[in-house]
Amino acid sequence: MNIQGNDTLVSVDGVEKVFHRGAEEIHVLSNLQLRVPSGEFLALMGPSGSGKSTLLNLIGGLDRPTRGTVSVAGERLDQLSDHRLAAWRARHVGFVFQLYNLMPMLTAERNVELPLLLTHLSKAERSQHVKAVLAVVGLSHRATHYPRTLSGGEQQRVGIARGIVTDPTLLLCDEPTGDLDRKAGDEILNLLQGLNREHGKTIIMVTHDPHASARAARTVHLDKGQLSNEPVK
Amino acid sequence: MKFLHLVWSNLRRKKLRTSLTLLSILVAFVLFGFLAAIKHALAGGVELAGADRLIVRHKVSIIQLLPESYKARMERIPGVVLATHQTWFGGIYQDPKNFFMQNPVVPEEFLAMHPEMILAPGQKKAWLETRTGAIVGRKTADRFHWKIGDRVPIQSTIWAKPDGSRAWEFDIVGIYDGKDKGTDTTPLFFRYDYFDEVRRQSWGKGQVGWYTIRVKDPAQAAEVAKRVDQEFENSAAETKTEPEGAFVQAWANQVGNIVMIVAAILGAVFFTILLVTGNTMAQAVRERTGELGVLKAIGFTNGQIVSLVLAEACLLTVLGGGLGLGLAWLVISRGDPTGGLLPMFFFPTRDLLIGLGISVLLGVVTGIIPAYQAMRLRVADALRRT
Repeated sequence: MNIQGNDTLVSVDGVEKVFHRGAEEIHVLSNLQLRVPSGEFLALMGPSGSGKSTLLNLIGGLDRPTRGTVSVAGERLDQLSDHRLAAWRARHVGFVFQLYNLMPMLTAERNVELPLLLTHLSKAERSQHVKAVLAVVGLSHRATHYPRTLSGGEQQRVGIARGIVTDPTLLLCDEPTGDLDRKAGDEILNLLQGLNREHGKTIIMVTHDPHASARAARTVHLDKGQLSNEPVK
Repeated sequence: MKFLHLVWSNLRRKKLRTSLTLLSILVAFVLFGFLAAIKHALAGGVELAGADRLIVRHKVSIIQLLPESYKARMERIPGVVLATHQTWFGGIYQDPKNFFMQNPVVPEEFLAMHPEMILAPGQKKAWLETRTGAIVGRKTADRFHWKIGDRVPIQSTIWAKPDGSRAWEFDIVGIYDGKDKGTDTTPLFFRYDYFDEVRRQSWGKGQVGWYTIRVKDPAQAAEVAKRVDQEFENSAAETKTEPEGAFVQAWANQVGNIVMIVAAILGAVFFTILLVTGNTMAQAVRERTGELGVLKAIGFTNGQIVSLVLAEACLLTVLGGGLGLGLAWLVISRGDPTGGLLPMFFFPTRDLLIGLGISVLLGVVTGIIPAYQAMRLRVADALRRT
């Protein structure tokens, strides 16, 4: 299928991804097409092993397709060198992980500051940005706390703050509520929805939770390496 | 600098492991400092030896004496500017543990030969005017709280007076300083004319321990040395002439090949530290594969990841090394721990800098493999390991 949109930000064309396990070839994605318009909140659903995270990694420039092309804002990611791809990620993508992936030895504000270390901002400017995003996620009062002293929901909010602190083009969330209870999960989804609606952030969220996908503007389903608009039966 | 807190936070992660590794590095560098000071104390004179000075001793052994009359013959040899002699006195002040060298010398010649010993003109004059006068180095004067005007008794283990007594007394007329830190300021020097007149007639009269000669051109030193030895060939006291550096080296080699011993010990110590620190770094990187994946995901380049790991390893070794060198410097600056056997016992600045260099090198060597492994991590694989 070919999902077209206006003002396309993400284009995935004819993408295949093959992993090798010894002599065995595992085809995770096959001739996959996807368009994500700028400002969309897209949910990517599918059962475990369907290739959701693999697709997210390809869009985020964390991995390269075996065949096909991945473009974001007109940039062909599959053609960038490792070095340029890293620089591209720093400028254009924010990641939110299921298990938060915060640095345990850094405080919340230091975790949020990490992507800003790759910019030319001064210490004062970095601090200003960090304060602003911590306010957006409602964690100003926990700025100096270490991850181990924060609840799961708070840690994920720190993760989101880290993801948006550089004001990226695209926010990629891999099961952001997967490790949270319903209440904390809802808070995170509210936050993501707010970032999409109020700040115009383009969000692609991998989830297998229908409750979470319901918050997205559009949901696509991935199964056996193919996308569809219909849930997998 | 903006990454320093990130590097530092990684070292704080396993405090016990980091502390133990730091402690091992610290101990290694304290040992490095001590061995450097000992090496310098035993063999450092080789570097400080005058390039234009030769030592002439008896061909058989340094303990065999040479005739005093050789001096005039030496000074007639082409290329020789000055010749002077010293003799080992082997004295004890109060207790054999209070070791320091005392030698009879001819004052004016001796001071002309050794410009690295700084003596005030008034004190030099007093020495020339006082037959029983002696000058002593600042270290020994400070050690025994001697001052000018003191009369010090020294018991010789070699030289007796005509009455059989070995107790000699000298008047301290001067205290000399060294031109630089490497100059030995422990010996005491007294007048040869007084010594030769008073020592017992039966043995050694008119004979001296060794000669120091100054050559006109250091480039011709080997040629002059050959001429000196030829001059006294087939005489009752044949000579062996060598550069002052070689003489000091031979003296130090009586203990053994100091440089080689020190190098062997330090080699073993640093190899062990290399393994300890390397293991710490390998573990530290291995257990945070996921975090490295996150850093890569948010845009850290491979070069930056390598730099972070190397910086962490270097911070660990430089911190441990710096503390170790500092501690060694503190202890060593308290002075010779042997009570006089190692008069030039100090931590040379050059070795301090070499130590710091080694600590950086140690960091790079121990960090390079973990850094390379971190660099090669594929982001997607690393994130799966969180």
